[in-house]
Amino acid sequence: MSDYNFAYLDEQTKRMIRRAILKGLAIPGYQVPFASREMPMPYGWGTGGVQVSAAVLTPDDTFKVIDQGADDTTNAVSIRRFFQKTAGVAVTEATSQASVIQTRHRIPEEDLRADQILVYQVPIPEPLRFLEPSEVETRKMHALEEYGLMHVKLYEDISQHGDIATAYAYPVKVEGRYVMDPSPIPKFDNPKLEMAGIQLFGAGREQRIYAIPPYTQVVSLDFDDYPFQPTKADHACDLCGAQDSYLDELLVDDEGGRMFMCSDTDYCATRRKQGHVGAQGVPYAEDAA
Amino acid sequence: MTPLLQVENIAKFYGPRIGCTDVSFDLYPGEVMGIVGESGSGKSTLLNCLAGHLTPDRGVVRFDTRSEGLRDTITMSEPERRMLGRTDWAFVHQHARDGLRMNVSAGGNVGERLMAVNARHYGEIRAEAIDWLGRVEITEDRIDDRPTAFSGGMQQRLQIARNLVTGPRLVFMDEPTGGLDVSVQARLLDLLRGLGREMNLSAIIVTHDLAVVRLLADRLMVMKDGHVIETGLTDQVLDDPQHAYTQLLVSSVLQV
Repeated sequence: MSDYNFAYLDEQTKRMIRRAILKGLAIPGYQVPFASREMPMPYGWGTGGVQVSAAVLTPDDTFKVIDQGADDTTNAVSIRRFFQKTAGVAVTEATSQASVIQTRHRIPEEDLRADQILVYQVPIPEPLRFLEPSEVETRKMHALEEYGLMHVKLYEDISQHGDIATAYAYPVKVEGRYVMDPSPIPKFDNPKLEMAGIQLFGAGREQRIYAIPPYTQVVSLDFDDYPFQPTKADHACDLCGAQDSYLDELLVDDEGGRMFMCSDTDYCATRRKQGHVGAQGVPYAEDAA
Repeated sequence: MTPLLQVENIAKFYGPRIGCTDVSFDLYPGEVMGIVGESGSGKSTLLNCLAGHLTPDRGVVRFDTRSEGLRDTITMSEPERRMLGRTDWAFVHQHARDGLRMNVSAGGNVGERLMAVNARHYGEIRAEAIDWLGRVEITEDRIDDRPTAFSGGMQQRLQIARNLVTGPRLVFMDEPTGGLDVSVQARLLDLLRGLGREMNLSAIIVTHDLAVVRLLADRLMVMKDGHVIETGLTDQVLDDPQHAYTQLLVSSVLQV
């Protein structure tokens, strides 16, 4: 162990955050204010998610961090190391072995189980923010369930782009009551919000925590004549051949060469281990990065 | 006949200063009431009290709701009052930018009230928006432009379309023609008069422009220092003013 208190935060702070989490779980989709702490990283790097993770971690947990689906980006590696150092918990890159997963901008492709917790990093928790600048007014709108304005945004999308062009942070209605920003996950992930695991959302700079309990109804907003459609690149993964996963597009040279690959690196690696090979992939080898 | 709006002894104070006091009147369906007076006479305070934007310190405002008849709008719950505010009531601001969403297209502005009452069919919302833009003489090809690209007169007409799209029964107007040049004013007044007749609208119009009330209002209320000093039919008040202040007001109008 280290000289830090378990999971960096002091016990009173964790208690305060757990209260906010419990309230959030009791009122699905409701943004609970909490006294966000200064964390040893800049705002926007996941200070909210880190505080929520710190409050839910126990010494027996196995921790995983993903950033845009990947386990090996700077942000993911730093946060994983942070908790290795301050909490001494086991870490993993395998979705199925993790009990707490902190994520930025993605939901893992693999279905989560009831004993897993997914913690989201949220930049702006208020879905109405860019339409109504006043926080007083947006809170009133949530309280009175006045959500017509959210559809104005979708209307603007259709009138300008011919279709609902919002591709990420697509607004959802939770359990028929609160309209919620699911954090900037691609709308491809929206159907996965109805899951067996607990989902917690932490916004550090904005000082809000909200949550979706297991098996909660989550409906993506849409129009009758323009129904919600999860979208992804119309392609298969070039490494593992998966047809059903969300893809990143990668430019590989300056002659128009490109490849598509799963944004969920663990999902892709697992499939390659199982022997799936995509159009530009090579068979999986243990030491190949 | 039940009045659409019943106002009894409304008073609003700003600390020791009087906003408006002892205002009572009935407004019947289809009737247009004008409120005139100089700056600071309490016209806008009164209008905001009636429309639920301010809470008066004394008095009762009853509105004839569609479902339950006369209801006190001051003591009713906030959700109910806000519901009225986007269905049966409309509020036209003096400055169009106070009443419009400037970063949302004209169509979105008109459609907002429809979506607020649970319209969820894009094609129908858009058709309705086109229809209403036509009624206020804004051509269909401007539907996806933002109000920032509109002239002052167009913005004001857009604000009116946005307010009338849900078929309100009572319209509050705060200086609807303020800041517009006279020819644009004339067109706007013509439009308002036409729409008012067509939809059998009741309205309360606050203005300092006597020409506006002469054209639009059936009845007139003259305010000074927070008090109502004279009421009556518009022509009667303007042609035969009784109170010294009203006489001053009427004689102050420049003759061209």
